[in-house]
Amino acid sequence: MTVAAGRDDGISGLLRASARPLTERWVELTAAPLRGRVSRAELERELGELFEAFLAAVETGSRDVDDEAYAEVRALLSELSQRRARAGFTPTETATGVFSLKRAVFEVVEGDGGAGIAELVTASQLLDALGLWTFEAYAKAREEVIDEQAAQLLELTTPVVKLWDGVLAVPLVGTLDSGRTQVVMEKLLESLVSTGAEHAIIDITGVLAVDTQVAQYLLKTATAARLMGAECTISGIRPHIAQTIVELGIEFGDITTKATLADALLHALRRSGVDVVRGRTGR
Amino acid sequence: MTAAAAIELPIGADEDIVRIRQLVRTKAQEVKLSLVDQTKVVTAASELARNTLTYGGGGRVVIDVPTNGRRVGIRARFIDEGPGIPDLDLALTEGWTSGKGMGLGLSGSRRLVDEFTLDTEVGRGTTVTIVKWSR
Amino acid sequence: MERIPILKIGDVLLVSIQIDLQDRDVLALQEDLSEQICDTGARGVVIDISAVDIVDSFIGRMFATIASTSRLFDATTVVVGMRPAVAITLVELGLTLGNVRTALNLEKGLAILRQIGGTRADVLGHADDDQPVDR
Repeated sequence: MTVAAGRDDGISGLLRASARPLTERWVELTAAPLRGRVSRAELERELGELFEAFLAAVETGSRDVDDEAYAEVRALLSELSQRRARAGFTPTETATGVFSLKRAVFEVVEGDGGAGIAELVTASQLLDALGLWTFEAYAKAREEVIDEQAAQLLELTTPVVKLWDGVLAVPLVGTLDSGRTQVVMEKLLESLVSTGAEHAIIDITGVLAVDTQVAQYLLKTATAARLMGAECTISGIRPHIAQTIVELGIEFGDITTKATLADALLHALRRSGVDVVRGRTGR
Repeated sequence: MTAAAAIELPIGADEDIVRIRQLVRTKAQEVKLSLVDQTKVVTAASELARNTLTYGGGGRVVIDVPTNGRRVGIRARFIDEGPGIPDLDLALTEGWTSGKGMGLGLSGSRRLVDEFTLDTEVGRGTTVTIVKWSR
Repeated sequence: MERIPILKIGDVLLVSIQIDLQDRDVLALQEDLSEQICDTGARGVVIDISAVDIVDSFIGRMFATIASTSRLFDATTVVVGMRPAVAITLVELGLTLGNVRTALNLEKGLAILRQIGGTRADVLGHADDDQPVDR
C-alpha cells in the first residue's frame, strides 16, 4: 500500500500547522456516530495519540503505511480496533475514526481556499490505506472473540461424566473437528488422572459421521489412556457407522468397541470386578 | 514488527540436550502454546538434538520465534556437518523398534510439529527445521 | 553426578523420577536397578513418572529395557503416573512401551504387583485341599 512518494507534498507541514484544530475536529466528527458510547476524554486521548503518531510517520517522508515508520500508528490502530471489537462496535463505527480525519483535513484545505490539493490527495490516500488496516485489525479481533466463545461452548458441551466408581464417559455429539477432538481428548485423560478412574468410555452415538480423522482421534485417545494405565472403550457404533469404518479399512486393534453405552458400561464394570445382578423384586 | 533475535546453542554433549529441552520449553511457554503442544515440540526437539549428537557428530541448534500474520510460533533448526543421510526414504519411515531402535525417529518427530523440513547431503551434513505454531 | 535414589518397600523397588533426565542418568538408573533387583531379590519395580514432563524415545526405551531386565530376575515393572500430555505425545510419536505395564498412580501400581505376586503365592502355598503339595 504505497502512495507515490518522493516529492515534497507539504502534507506534514499542513498537519503540523493545523494540528490542534485538526485533532479537535477529528474528535468531533468521530464522536457523533459513536453516540456517547465512548467518553469524550477517552476519544481525545486515543485520537490525540494517533494524530501524534501519524504526524511523526508522515514527517519521516515515508508514504508506505506498511513501512517501519508507520509501526506506531498501526499498533495504536490495532489496539483501538481490538477495543472496539470487544466492546461490540460495528466495523463501520470503528473505521469511521480513521476516515473522519480525512474529512477534517478536507475542511482545513477548503478553508485555505483549496490551495492544498496535493496535500489533500496524499492525506486521502494515506488515510484510506490506514482505514483498510483498521478494518483488518477489527476483523482479526472479532475472530478472536469468536474463537474464545467457541472454546467456552466446547467446554460446556463436552462434559466428562462419572457413570460409576472408576468409570468415566464422554458423550460426543455433532461434528468433530481437530481442534475440538483435541480438547475432548485432553479433558478425558486429565479426568482419568484426577479421579483415578481406570475405565473411560467414549460414546459416539451422537456423532454424525465418522471419517478417518475421527477414527484416528478415537484410536489415539484410547491408546493414550492405555499408556497411562487405564482402559478406553468406544461405544455407540451404529450399523452404518460400522459399515463406514470397515469400508475405510480402519482397524481398532484391541481397543474394545460396543454398540451401546449400556454394553460398554457393563463391560467396564465387569472388568473392574463388579457385576450387575437382577435382584428379586416383587415387580 | 522485527523478529526477536535467534538463540544458538551447541549440541556437543549429553547435557546440551537437556539445556535445549529447557530453552524450547521456555520459548514455547512464551508464545503461549498449549501444554500438549509444548510437550510435543519439546519432545521433538529432544529427539532431533539427540540425532544431531549421535548421528551428526555434534552440531548446533538455532531457536527463534517467527510470526505468521496472526500467529506466533517457535522454530528450531538443528544443524550438523556430519555424514548426512544417505537414504532419506528409509530414514523417514518408522525407525524405531522397541528396545534397540537404530531409527532416527524422524517421522515420529514430524508428526509432533506443524512444519518439518529436512536438508541433507552425504558428506556435507544435515539441517532439520521444525516449527510449531500457536493456535 | 547424582544417581537417582531407589527405595525398597517390602519386596518392591520404587524409583521416583524428579529431575530432567540426561542420557547418562538413564544409563546409570538402568545399571543401578539391575544391581538392586539382583541383590535384594525384589519381585517388583515401580517407576513413578508423575513429575516427568517429557518422555522421548531414549527415555521410553529405558522403561522397556528396565522391564526386560527385571523380567530376567523374575520381577515385574510398572510405570505409574504418566501425564496426559506425555501420553498424547508418545502416541503421536508412535512409540509403544512394549510390554511395560502402566498404572495411573503409585497405589494402583502397587496393587498390580500385589495381584501378580498374589497369584504366584496361591500356586505355591494355597493349593486345593484334595491335592497334595510338593514343597
